[in-house]
Amino acid sequence: MEKNINGSNIHVNEEGYLTDFKEWNSGIGTELAKECLIDLSPRHWEVINYIQGEFKKENPLSIRKIGKSGVVDIKEFYALFPKAPLKTASLIAGIPKPASCI
Amino acid sequence: MNNLEYHGEVRKMMIILSKASIENVYAAFILANGARMEGIDAELFFTFFGLEAIHKKKLKKLHVATVGNPAMHIPTLVGAMPGMEAMATKMMRSEMEKLDMPEVEEFLGILKDSGAKIWACKLAMDMFHYKKEDMFNDIDGVITVGDFYKKAEGFGTQILFI
Repeated sequence: MEKNINGSNIHVNEEGYLTDFKEWNSGIGTELAKECLIDLSPRHWEVINYIQGEFKKENPLSIRKIGKSGVVDIKEFYALFPKAPLKTASLIAGIPKPASCI
Repeated sequence: MNNLEYHGEVRKMMIILSKASIENVYAAFILANGARMEGIDAELFFTFFGLEAIHKKKLKKLHVATVGNPAMHIPTLVGAMPGMEAMATKMMRSEMEKLDMPEVEEFLGILKDSGAKIWACKLAMDMFHYKKEDMFNDIDGVITVGDFYKKAEGFGTQILFI
């Protein structure tokens, strides 16, 4: 479905994840974060850049991997993106919902 | 979200682990971690043999059960032969490593960092003569069954026995 955000039209699935990463830009990320009640700080952006990098390399993401990334530890990851951190961070980053159980 | 807005969603998983074979320990850990990943609270209560999963020395030596486990598809007598458990355990560990599954101790650390709570059963601790110092450093405490139920209070709590 289409969604108008930050002045541009993007395509999202029924859970709100972008279906085409190419449509993402940082303005859209900021707006998506606001919908998740998160004000993005520089730390958030470091994490978002990291997970986008992994997505581009086609590396699947998991909580364990985030913890070993050297970018953020698991505690801080949960603090930055409360509730469901991996899902929320992926949604903001414009990448598909991770299919990981760990 | 208040209780008037409760629509039946799972808000907290209370998982009781009573066994120490690897497959059961991982089932409990993955369910708890999966809950946290979804924004659901998770608390683990380790009782009876489940305590081995948080016992500093024993958690490094957990095994797969090859006897009395029909899904292993090996005859009981063969499963009882020396070395079978070790072999099955080694195979399972290598498969888990491929899936990027952490070792037990690392997994406990991930659970704690994710905000899960880890409780040891007082009665079972007394029965096995374990002390709190024998256990994984980051456990949240040694509690009774009554304490555990108290912690389960509220809308949307599910209790699961493994």
